[in-house]
Amino acid sequence: MLRDITLGQYYPIDSVIHRLDPRTKLFGTMIFIISLFIANSWPGYALATLFLVVAISLSKVPVKFMIKGLKAVLILLIISVSFNLFLTDGEVVFKLWIIKITKEGIRVSIFMGLRLIFLIVGSSVMTLTTTPNALTDGLEKSMGFLKVIKIPVHEISMMMSIALRFIPILIEETDKIMKAQMARGADFESGNIIQKAKAMVPLLVPLFISAMRRATDLAMAMEARCYHGGEGRTKLKPLKYKKIDIIAYLYYLIYMLICIALVFVFRK
Amino acid sequence: MGIVKATKLIFDYITRDEADNVEDVKRAINNLNIDITQGDFVAILGHNGSGKSTFAKHLNGILLPTEGTVFISDLDTANDETLLDLRKMVGMVFQNPDNQIIGNVVEEDVAFGPENIGIPTDDMWKRVDAALEAVGMTAYRYKSPNKLSGGQKQRVAIAGIMAMKPKCIVLDEPTAMLDPNGRKEVIKTVLELNKKENITVILITHYMEEVIEADRVIVMDEGKIVMDGTPKEVFSHVEELKKLRLDVPSTTELAFELKQSGLDLPDGILTLDELVDSLLPILK
Repeated sequence: MLRDITLGQYYPIDSVIHRLDPRTKLFGTMIFIISLFIANSWPGYALATLFLVVAISLSKVPVKFMIKGLKAVLILLIISVSFNLFLTDGEVVFKLWIIKITKEGIRVSIFMGLRLIFLIVGSSVMTLTTTPNALTDGLEKSMGFLKVIKIPVHEISMMMSIALRFIPILIEETDKIMKAQMARGADFESGNIIQKAKAMVPLLVPLFISAMRRATDLAMAMEARCYHGGEGRTKLKPLKYKKIDIIAYLYYLIYMLICIALVFVFRK
Repeated sequence: MGIVKATKLIFDYITRDEADNVEDVKRAINNLNIDITQGDFVAILGHNGSGKSTFAKHLNGILLPTEGTVFISDLDTANDETLLDLRKMVGMVFQNPDNQIIGNVVEEDVAFGPENIGIPTDDMWKRVDAALEAVGMTAYRYKSPNKLSGGQKQRVAIAGIMAMKPKCIVLDEPTAMLDPNGRKEVIKTVLELNKKENITVILITHYMEEVIEADRVIVMDEGKIVMDGTPKEVFSHVEELKKLRLDVPSTTELAFELKQSGLDLPDGILTLDELVDSLLPILK
């Protein structure tokens, strides 16, 4: 049950996209996001749509998983689309009392909506096809240049992967503490929000203490296994670019070039 | 010279108040001398607070002596420069199986130690394969540690140590949080490593059944060694052990009670077979 929860939203299946190096996928997502923000015309968005559709079909992940992420931003989506729709000045096409819709408004709001939807769907293609660990590894490797400005990249990624390992353990522990407190008469369900929040205190305090204890133990175990930071560390599974990644990068390059070309061709 | 050598070891736990003044000093280890031979299976017994875990933490430099010295082979544990070499040589398995597994996949966790000491990738795969094979966990290599039982997790932890090719493994109450099956699993694995790979094993425990097969049993109390010998020798002193609030294996206990009530049995009977063998002639 709780042990089996999947972290992130990785969809385990074998596909071309799944086999790509995490760095390639990170970079691809970034390119895609940039292209969304520079696109200013219908052909520009058509190209982005094509790129996304190709990525989704190659990933073999059912589309309904991609759409799931949209639920979280639905309200934001509605707000930004309607603001753009009603508040943009220009050639009026429809007017009712003080509400007026302009041609430019329609255009801008459609672009805005598409941008948001593509942003979410595009990044879920990445998170659905990459395990959280691979993602952490990819981030560590591709952000390596930040070490120059003293950002502890290795430490941050080590923290992320340890967090991933301990989330299920801590969830199980929360469940245990909750049952123990309920057995002694604690009530977590009734009351208004403030009362519920107050009821959480006897849950959070023991959980926090136990997490600290675990951290001390883990630090000792890591030290006993010769951990001394990222320096001189080798990897069991080092990230290596394969042929497929080079092909992907070529596609990115072509995509980016066409995007930029379209921006200039359809400049107002 | 043995692999572990502690001379006049003293360790104080010092509690300080907020202003960094010493509030309380508790002597956990009091003038301990010990010499352990390479390849031995040594069990250290003692009730809570006898200093046995504190001693274990001295063996790879997690704790440093207040007074006296601990040498592993020819490395002083207090020497900061050789600390990594020391930890390569002495692996340590702790009590809680959950809190010592770092990787999200079994094989990645086993590789954590070798990764830290900079083993090249090809060699690392060989070590991981060999270590998983040695503890019999090869079938679980792609699993998440969260889906394993306690005993299996401890075996993964042992594999993680084995992959660093240590000379000595220290197990600090590795079975305290396991069910009887898990306990057997872990002890069997450790025994096999000791016999097959000639690794020195130092097992800290308070389960008497686990020490029967050890080469040497050391009993600690209040930071001192109070008994030292083969299991047979140590378990001949049933009454002394009881005074130290320690149990004896149930078979030994039975033999002891029978002897008390007048049967002519030898001291230090450890296994059921031994007991049967000594009882049969008497009953006939």
